[in-house]
Amino acid sequence: MNATVIEAKNLTKRYDGVAVVNGISFSVARGEIFGLLGPNGAGKTTTILMLLGLSDISDGQARVLGHDPAREPLAVKRQVGYLPDQIGFYDGLSAADNLRYTARLMGLERAEREQRISASLGHVGLADVADNRVSTFSRGMRQRLGVAEILMKEAQIAILDEPTSGLDPQATVELLEIIRDLKKRGVSVLLSSHLLERVQSVCDRVALFNQGKIALIGTVSELGREVLGGGFRVEVEAEGQGLAERIAAIPGVQQVEPAGANRLRLLATGDVRPEAAAAVVAAGGRLLRLSVEEPSLEAIYSRYFQTHEGELHAT
Amino acid sequence: MRREGSALHGFGVVTLKEIADHFTSILVVVLVVLVVATAIAVVRGAVDQIKEITAEDPFLFLRLFTRGAPIPLVALLSFLVPLFAIGLGFDSVNGEHNRRTLSRILAQPIYRDALLFGKFAAGLFTLSVSLIVLWLLVIGLGLLGLGVPPNAEEMARALVLLVVTMVYAGFWFALALLCSVVFRSAATAALVALGLWLFLTILWPLFSPALADAVTTAGDVLGVLDTRQAFARLSPTVLFNEIVAVVLDPSVRSTQQSMLAALGLALIERGAIPDAPIPLLQSVLIVWPQIVGLVAGAILLFVAAYVVFQRQEVRA
Repeated sequence: MNATVIEAKNLTKRYDGVAVVNGISFSVARGEIFGLLGPNGAGKTTTILMLLGLSDISDGQARVLGHDPAREPLAVKRQVGYLPDQIGFYDGLSAADNLRYTARLMGLERAEREQRISASLGHVGLADVADNRVSTFSRGMRQRLGVAEILMKEAQIAILDEPTSGLDPQATVELLEIIRDLKKRGVSVLLSSHLLERVQSVCDRVALFNQGKIALIGTVSELGREVLGGGFRVEVEAEGQGLAERIAAIPGVQQVEPAGANRLRLLATGDVRPEAAAAVVAAGGRLLRLSVEEPSLEAIYSRYFQTHEGELHAT
Repeated sequence: MRREGSALHGFGVVTLKEIADHFTSILVVVLVVLVVATAIAVVRGAVDQIKEITAEDPFLFLRLFTRGAPIPLVALLSFLVPLFAIGLGFDSVNGEHNRRTLSRILAQPIYRDALLFGKFAAGLFTLSVSLIVLWLLVIGLGLLGLGVPPNAEEMARALVLLVVTMVYAGFWFALALLCSVVFRSAATAALVALGLWLFLTILWPLFSPALADAVTTAGDVLGVLDTRQAFARLSPTVLFNEIVAVVLDPSVRSTQQSMLAALGLALIERGAIPDAPIPLLQSVLIVWPQIVGLVAGAILLFVAAYVVFQRQEVRA
């Protein structure tokens, strides 16, 4: 199996001549959680629909598990699970019956179907309410039922559109845990969101969308370096002599400034905590505290749009 | 560009699910109650009338469908069938949109064709089952009430009526399905479909003669009548009524007969014996264009729904 499961090249979608998605390119590797992030209306959902073969591709190419979604939609849809934005179920049917219907559409045999349904419902913690009508479900439960559908499909790729929007903090944490679990099962995850701080923790790599284009792509720390100029802020609290000089000599540390008694604040291109700890110990000092503040996606995002606002209005 | 896999994969699954939905819906419960009540009321009225007026009618049984107080069964059918077809179909596609189930279902390995075909087949099946129940009830109650068994010819004609009514129901269901594809709001779809039904069933037969008179260039009465009839036939209800009038009455030899009779004219045919019954095949041939017209109308509406649905964006 190849390592790339989703590949988009110059993907474009035009409505009446207006490009909603404008020549985007990205790829998702097997077992990766990839986030499409950006404001509403930036083209995230349209991109997802094109990858699923649910919307025509105006220009460019997409490959999902080696298949062209425009020409072989069934091959793509057999192996890709989709959790739409604001997922809906048949309210009058029970959770299990809803899954039975989609399982039949997938063409699963009866025994296989029942076994997979109970396994997947159990996995997302809905086994107790399997026979309850979906109309009694909360939003978080519906989302989890949607994930159960993906699990039941034994999909290789899960595409989640705004999985956490409208969820309370507790439900969000649960759902993110389920997403991490999907990754553990070897499922590649493509998720879209406009809620940056919530998805930051689960995404291996992200693409920042802006007006139909991908503005930035990479890991969160890469983006942090690129946009904020040196992403990691490490704080060292230690007692000892000449620590500032020793720490400043660590490769990757760009700046060292005192921040109160026995405290140093470092600006580094990476996570330099192990090196900083080693330096303190080597100098015979006592290490009291060591903390790192990772670049926040929120900060990257707002900084990026601040600096590019002029360009945006010009285009 | 060739598509991979069958367009109808999943068709059976969708059809069964839709049928199950229909049969558990309150609308179908109402429909069944109404069917039973209608059958009993109409047959009672018809039996009373038939006993009084027709002692030696060779097609006594067919009168069950065309006679009856206060309203004959076929008139009731031409009026109620569209209403139920619209009731079953007006929210079939936009309902999936509004419940946000559409994109989830279409993300399964099926084509959109299967979904729309399945919905159409399920609607047609539900309507057909109700019509068959009504038909059997009428015949059964008629047997009890009249005490005379129908002959083969009568049964064959009644069967043609059943099939034509199913086609008529299919036309209206296709119209409702089209509305449900075109309009995102179920209320709009229902109002538009009902508006069209009102227009085609009641208003068009009233207004079309005036329109026909305005455009006709024919000098004689028959020419004007022809134009009027051509205009009126744009309404499926008019087509249905013409078919029914000919199929259920073997003495009718032309769809213009009743119109001519209303003017005090008789249909003049060389060598024909007035009022002599004609064979079923001849009756069907007379209204064959009308039957084809109804089928074509249903297919056209369905194709329109299909084309719009295929091109529609799934996102809400």
